[in-house]
Order: sequence, then structure tokens, then C-alpha cells
Amino acid sequence: MSTTLGARRLANPLMTASGCAANGQELHRFFDVSELGAFVTKSVMSEPRSGRGTPRMAETPSGMLNSIGLQGPGIQAFVEHDLPWLASVGATVLPSIAGGSATEFAHVAAVLRSSDAFGCVAGVEVNISCPNVANRGLVFACDPLSSAKVIALVREQVPRDVPIFAKLSPDVTDITAIAAACVKAGADGLTMINTLLGMSIDTDRLRPHLGGVTGGLSGPGIRPVAVRAVWQVRAAMDEGRMPTVPIIGVGGVRTGTDALELVAAGASAVQVGTASFNDPTAPVRVLRELTGLLEEKGFATFDEVVGIAHGRQGES
Amino acid sequence: MNDLPTQPVSAARRARVVQEQAELVATTRVGAYQHLTLASPGVAGLARPGQFVALAVGDESSGTLLRRSFSIHKVTPGPSSNGAGGTVEIVVSAVGAGTRWITSRQVHDRIDVVGPVGRAFPLPTAPVPCVLVGGGYGSAPLFWLAGELRERGCTVDIVLGAASEDRLFGVLEARRSCDGVTVTTDDGSAGVKGWVSDVLPDVIDRRGAGVVYACGPMGMLRAVSDVAAAHGAVAQVAVEEAMACGIGICMTCVMPVVGSDGLTRMVRSCVEGPVFRGDRVRWDAVTPTGAVVPPDAVGAPRAVTR
Repeated sequence: MSTTLGARRLANPLMTASGCAANGQELHRFFDVSELGAFVTKSVMSEPRSGRGTPRMAETPSGMLNSIGLQGPGIQAFVEHDLPWLASVGATVLPSIAGGSATEFAHVAAVLRSSDAFGCVAGVEVNISCPNVANRGLVFACDPLSSAKVIALVREQVPRDVPIFAKLSPDVTDITAIAAACVKAGADGLTMINTLLGMSIDTDRLRPHLGGVTGGLSGPGIRPVAVRAVWQVRAAMDEGRMPTVPIIGVGGVRTGTDALELVAAGASAVQVGTASFNDPTAPVRVLRELTGLLEEKGFATFDEVVGIAHGRQGES
Repeated sequence: MNDLPTQPVSAARRARVVQEQAELVATTRVGAYQHLTLASPGVAGLARPGQFVALAVGDESSGTLLRRSFSIHKVTPGPSSNGAGGTVEIVVSAVGAGTRWITSRQVHDRIDVVGPVGRAFPLPTAPVPCVLVGGGYGSAPLFWLAGELRERGCTVDIVLGAASEDRLFGVLEARRSCDGVTVTTDDGSAGVKGWVSDVLPDVIDRRGAGVVYACGPMGMLRAVSDVAAAHGAVAQVAVEEAMACGIGICMTCVMPVVGSDGLTRMVRSCVEGPVFRGDRVRWDAVTPTGAVVPPDAVGAPRAVTR
């Protein structure tokens, strides 16, 4: 079940999704986090950050809205405590980094690179698409130029043999344009998708339900959007409209079958997010289920399934 | 009494937690609530008063993904040394689709349970008089706590409050497990007409209580914390916060709490709580609809200055 992401080979294609697994210690009580292809940490910024007020979540049909607001300890605490702990248990790590400006992203990447525990890092996920930032007009992934600037500055800070992945928002007119801009600027791969911007009204009080008013929609309810985004970008690669790079699929994966959808659409790895809130063992369960499905269908390797649906379009 | 964490609690210091398919072995209507008994040996073998369980709603394909958290009313360890056969009891108020699903389960149905979660009520090392305060079904974990306290030689008084008589929980059990019982209702349908905070000063003073344990709505916990402080007692309050996961990974259940270093942080009530020392909660930032981030909290958004 091994998979290739840029210069790295991972033991298997299953990952946690950023923001849905904290930094490892909590889920390690339910399963060994080193069993995952990679553990994706909560997005870390330059300084400690309190996040938003409560309520921070609202349940939705087959999903949830959140307005956490990137609460976190800051990159210094992350490299001093969280990353060394993940390294100590043998985890392969994909840290997620965020920033309020392109230079903040670069600073976070530089501190990360200088960490003694950097050896466990198999790649860096660049979260340019969190909808829960104070100024949503500045979501980098809504603009090709802003996206490219962040990716270019982060690429300079991360060693060449460590791939960087741009995490994209589905809330754009043409996701392939943003994807192409990120790859041109130096992204070695793409993570799709981040949450969709949504909103819920408290119908007792007739006011916005979330403390942050709007929030990010996640869970099985958004899976078709993720499959569509992965499909579109993979098609753009196949058609030569942009260079071919690995895609990490994320959005509403709860079962092995859900993961297989993203893989067949073109994902070389799959992240499990909100499903972990329902079942803490979901990431390793999905891996087990996906492995079983591929065996059942007679595939010898994981790689041969990646993007397979594109060649079968219109088949009877 | 234990101190509050100033940093997130490390996994090594956290108690063990299990996930199991618990069989419902009894379900009874009690006033406005449903009292469920689950065969959940793993949880029963580990739990302490003040901890809670997080229940999944529906099966593995349910469209309702988020877990519902309930404080543990009591546990009965199983007959064998490994805890097999142990039961966990909870009290549920059916207020939404998720809790209605849980309360409509029948005996022999299975429910996915994660627990025990959270930090238990800290117990005094000396036999000091204690007062327990429960609002509505928030009193559920207090009778088990009362037993533990009395085993340590503590005198235990309990104050049970609710909007009306049918929303009280455990009055009879209180008479069995506590040295003194006071009941209040907002409408006067049982006990003293008024709030728990109206009668609490007298109860604390009469016994010279050193610790007040409370569980219930936020407004009540704030009032209890204030009364306890004014009457020389330490308050230990178990908060009720909306939680998506219950295990510390979703970051939705945060509360503004002051650490021993004097700094306020937005901490998770599922793993750093649900029990906090009442004088450490930033009640000034807790409103009936949610908590705001105090401007002096660690990592609070900086005010725009020009």
C-alpha cells in the first residue's frame, strides 16, 4: 500500500487531516500514530493564537461547521514539544503551517526546518485556504498571485528533498488555475480540499450560531465537492494544462469506499478529518478498509488505482 | 487540591481511555430525564467521579457525526478483576435529535461509547466538610462523589436546584448518600423557592465547608464560584460545554481559564476540564450564549491601534 509523494515514499496513503487530529498525543491513546502514512498536524502559525470565541461548532447534515480560528501554541512551542514527541513515537509527519502574510509563512517554515526533530518531516502542508481567519478577503488560495507568493517563499525555506503541498480551497471559480499557480511557484503537490465557507443560524435566537459568524463546512456532506476538485485538477494535469504533481485528497472521508473515490479521481494519498470526531480510530480503520477493497478488486499495487476513473470515463 | 494546568496536559499524565460498543442494559424515565445503564466494562474499570463519556449517535453511517458527552452518574465494576461486566450509568435530557436518538434506545441495543474522558473531581486529602451543588440533571455525578468523600471522612451536604420539581434529579438518592439535603426550585414547586445560590451561603457557613463541588449550567457555576469565594471555600466546578469529539482533537469546547502562572488561555474543557477551580474560570468572558476571548488571553487577537 506504499505511495509516492514527490521525493518521498510513504508506507501507506492514509493521513490525518489538519485540524482534526491535534498534534498526535490525543489520538495516540486510540491507535499508534506511526501506523499512518503520515500524521498531519494542526496548522501552526508564528505566534501563540487563542482562536475565536464560542460557540465554535454547529452540526450540519452529515457534517459540521467550525470557527476555531487556528488556535495553536505557535511554531516555537511546536518544534520544542509537539514535533519531538511525534518523532519519539516514530511518526512520519506532515506539519501544516499557516500565516497572516507570505513572510509569516516563510518564517514558520524556517523555524520548522531548523528543528532538531525535522528528520521525521516527510513534507510540509501549506495552509493557504483556512476560511477562519480574521480577514476572509485575504484567503490566499482565492487568488493565484497571493497563492504563488506564499508557495515561492516557503519553497525557499524548505530543503529540496522535502516536498511542500499547497492546501487549496474549493471556494473559487476555477480551482485548476490556483493549482497551476501553486505548482508553478514551487509546490511539489496539492492537498484538496479545505473546508467550504458556510453559515448556520440559531433558529431559537434568530442570530448567527457561531461565535465567528461564518465557519468551515466539513464532513461526509462535502465529499462530492472534494472528489470533483481532485478530478478537475487531475484532468488538467492529464491534459497537459499544468505539470503533473501528486494530489492528497481530503474531504468527507469516513470509510474505505470514500477513500477509494478520491484515489480513483486522482489522489495519491487520502486524509481523514471530521470522521475522527465520530470514530477516533477512523484513520487506521479507513486504511484497513481501503486495503481490503483493493485486494477484493484484484489490484496488486496502490499506484495503479490512482486516477483510474479518468481512463474509464464513458465506459459501458 | 490539585492545581490547574498552565499548559496542555500531556498524554502521559492523562488517564487511559477506551472505545467500546456498550450494550444498553436498562433505561428508565426519571422526572424529565432518561436514566441509562450501559454494559461498558472498559469505561467502568477506569472512571472516577467528574469524568464523562462521549456517545456516538446512530450507527457508523449515521448523518449525525458529532458525539454527545454526558457526565458519568455512577459505575459498577464488574465481578471479574479485569472489569468485565461493569456498567456505566448516565442521565440524559432529550433536547435535540441526537439526545432523542440516545434516549429512544431499547434494552440490548448497542451504543458506541468513548470514555472515561476528562479530569475527575480532585478529592481532599483531609476530612473537610464539603458542599455539593447540582443544577437539574447536572447533579448526576455528585452522588458517586458524595460516597467517595464520606469514605474519606468528609461531611457532605448537597444542594439540588432546578426550574421545577420534574427537572430535579436525585433527591431521594441525595437523602441516602449525603449528610444534609437542600432543594430549591425557581417556581417553588419543591423545596425552597429560588436559586441554589440563595441557600448556598448558609449551607457553607453552617458546616464550615472547605470545598464546594458543582455541576450544572454556566450561570449557576459562576454564582456558586462567587459564593464559595466569598465564604472561604474552594469551588470545583464541572462545566457544560458543547463538544464535537470529547477527546481533545476538535478544539470546539474551549473555556477562558487562568493558569497557575496567572495567564488566561482558551483551554479545552474535555481534556483540561471538565472540572476547573471556580476562581480560575474567567466568568467575565462567559456569556449565556458562549465564551469570548478575553483581550489579555494568551494569543488573543491584537487590538488595532493607530
